[in-house]
Amino acid sequence: MPGFCEKTPGGKEVAMRSGSGNNLERIAAALVLILGFTGICSTALAAAKEARLGFALSMTGAAAAYGETQKNGALLAIDEINAQAAQDGIRIVPIFEDDASQPQQGVNVFNRFIAADRVAMIIGPTLSNTAQVTDRIAQQAGVPVLGISTTAKGITDIGDCVFRDSLTELVVIPNTIRIAKEKLGIKKVAVFYGNDDAFTKGGYDAFKKALDDWNIQILSEQTFAKGDRDFSPQLTQIRSVNPDALIVSALVEEASGIVSQARQLGISSDVPIIGGNGFNSPSLMKNAGKAAENVIVGAAWNATSQNPMNRHFAEAYTARYGSPPDQFAAQAYAGVYIAREALLRAGSIDNRKAVREALAQIRDLDTVLGKFSFTESRDAKHTPVVQIVRDGKFADFGE
Amino acid sequence: MKHGSMAVLLQQLINGLFIGSVYGLFAVGYTLVFGVLDILNLAHAAIFTLGALTALWLTTGAGLSIWLAFPLAALFSGALGLVLDRVAFAPLRRRADSNLSGLISSIAMAIIFESAALGIFGARTVRFPEGIFLNRVWRFGSVTVTSLQVEIVLTALALMLALTAFLKRTRTGKAIRAVAESERTARLLGINVDGVIALTFIVSSALGGVAGILYGLYFDALAPDMGRSIELKGLAVIILGGMGSIPGAILGGIAFGLSEVLTVAITGTSNLRDAVAFTVLFVILVLKPSGLLGRGRVREA
Repeated sequence: MPGFCEKTPGGKEVAMRSGSGNNLERIAAALVLILGFTGICSTALAAAKEARLGFALSMTGAAAAYGETQKNGALLAIDEINAQAAQDGIRIVPIFEDDASQPQQGVNVFNRFIAADRVAMIIGPTLSNTAQVTDRIAQQAGVPVLGISTTAKGITDIGDCVFRDSLTELVVIPNTIRIAKEKLGIKKVAVFYGNDDAFTKGGYDAFKKALDDWNIQILSEQTFAKGDRDFSPQLTQIRSVNPDALIVSALVEEASGIVSQARQLGISSDVPIIGGNGFNSPSLMKNAGKAAENVIVGAAWNATSQNPMNRHFAEAYTARYGSPPDQFAAQAYAGVYIAREALLRAGSIDNRKAVREALAQIRDLDTVLGKFSFTESRDAKHTPVVQIVRDGKFADFGE
Repeated sequence: MKHGSMAVLLQQLINGLFIGSVYGLFAVGYTLVFGVLDILNLAHAAIFTLGALTALWLTTGAGLSIWLAFPLAALFSGALGLVLDRVAFAPLRRRADSNLSGLISSIAMAIIFESAALGIFGARTVRFPEGIFLNRVWRFGSVTVTSLQVEIVLTALALMLALTAFLKRTRTGKAIRAVAESERTARLLGINVDGVIALTFIVSSALGGVAGILYGLYFDALAPDMGRSIELKGLAVIILGGMGSIPGAILGGIAFGLSEVLTVAITGTSNLRDAVAFTVLFVILVLKPSGLLGRGRVREA
């Protein structure tokens, strides 16, 4: 669709696919003509080259809640970039597809992006589970793919076309422990984790390594299982060893129960509870209420950062969607800017090899995540943050 | 150090007493139908769940105070018990295999109830709004007890006494026991057998609902499948305590709860919890086949 302007006057994106040939396309084409004549789009179209980006996000299924804020964050970035396309010489034409939170559907979407839409680059998919399958297709076809929420181990090992801007637990957790040690002087801790789930067990492994590295003594290790509701026996044991802090690797449902029962059992609020990514959700405060105060959580994105780029993002996002952005929106927003940087550096909008090379070269790019680089293994590298719950909100604890 | 470990042990015993009372509460209603009438009703856990979810809906959806929502949800659970009896059990009562076919149709009802909960409340875990009732925390040295825990233990004990007295002393209680002894004889004596069974189901299900609400209030994580983990334990508790014995249900619940809590406390993991609890059940049944307070099958002799 050369010359296609995907914005309606209302600023809403018109979702459409090439070659569908239906009424929607005709209406859209008519809109383009009208907009073109009235000059709204003509300046932008004058010189800018158009880069096609495929977005495979989970709009339905288990991860639908994440997919929605990811799409919001990405659209915000795309509109900002396209608004100044005349100066930069690059326009982004997004093609959004739903991977339905399913690997099979992800495969369909990737195949279409690569063969039919001939995209320069793919952003997504939402879930690591899906990425394990789809990213191999992109690797085989030599299409660069940028994950914006995948944190599982081994995703970028698939090949040199696979990148991600989402920090893994292996980066976030050691940082959390370092800050906690520096600020609180913790020397001995108790660890409590779910030992029948890959994510919580992985979080435990990362915590244990970080604790060893920082010479913090583990006084007691307790475990729970998925679906447990009563944590008082383990927490009673933990209380009896008087730790400086309680380290917990759990998903948010169990995390809420652990936090409230720990405080109820009399593990005083002087003993901070430190959590992994599973705690990184506002539902923790909603579920545990006052007990969640002073819980310390590592994160990839600092929601409270006052640097101008971040403030602009938070304000623009809130104005457009009526609710503040979360980490998923921020990583999607940053991902689009990272893609734009690669396209500009590659000097090409369809040479996938050049785009891949340019992506791999990105170092110290200013993004809402902070100064962003790719590591040699194409994983994200930027400073993670540590947050603390104060008055029912995440506040900055340190970087 | 000595003092410290005593305090830990004391706290763990309190934890066990409390969770055991929750199991006992669940088992008391269960054993009215299962232990007394000899009917195994596998939809009891579903009613436990629906009782809790109904109380939640009444407080958040209809905006009632918990003090009003609690009895209403218990009444609703009782009404579900009536539905259960009329739909799943009564039509099969004349069949020779009525106990077994009733068991199967109660599984069907359990699935229907659980699906209804899933459809209405969704699969997500839901919670009571914060501060819906005052839960005081008392500390005695390093031992912690909350007012809700005390209320749950007292409710379990009170229900145990009330139900025992009800079965022993009242006309209806005697009628229930007569039906349990022999439906035929009871009918000949002019007892309205269907009415008595329906009433037993109503009382049993209302108690199941009460257990669900208290469980929901304490752990504050309600989901359509929350009854599953307690269902099997409820059966084990009844057998452990002795079939048909109301005090046995509470005692069995506490024994079960204590063995669970101590296992977790000693091993530091919840993986072995159920294995040890069921092993305890097995050992007790080998030593005393009729359960802790069971009298054996004297009435058949």
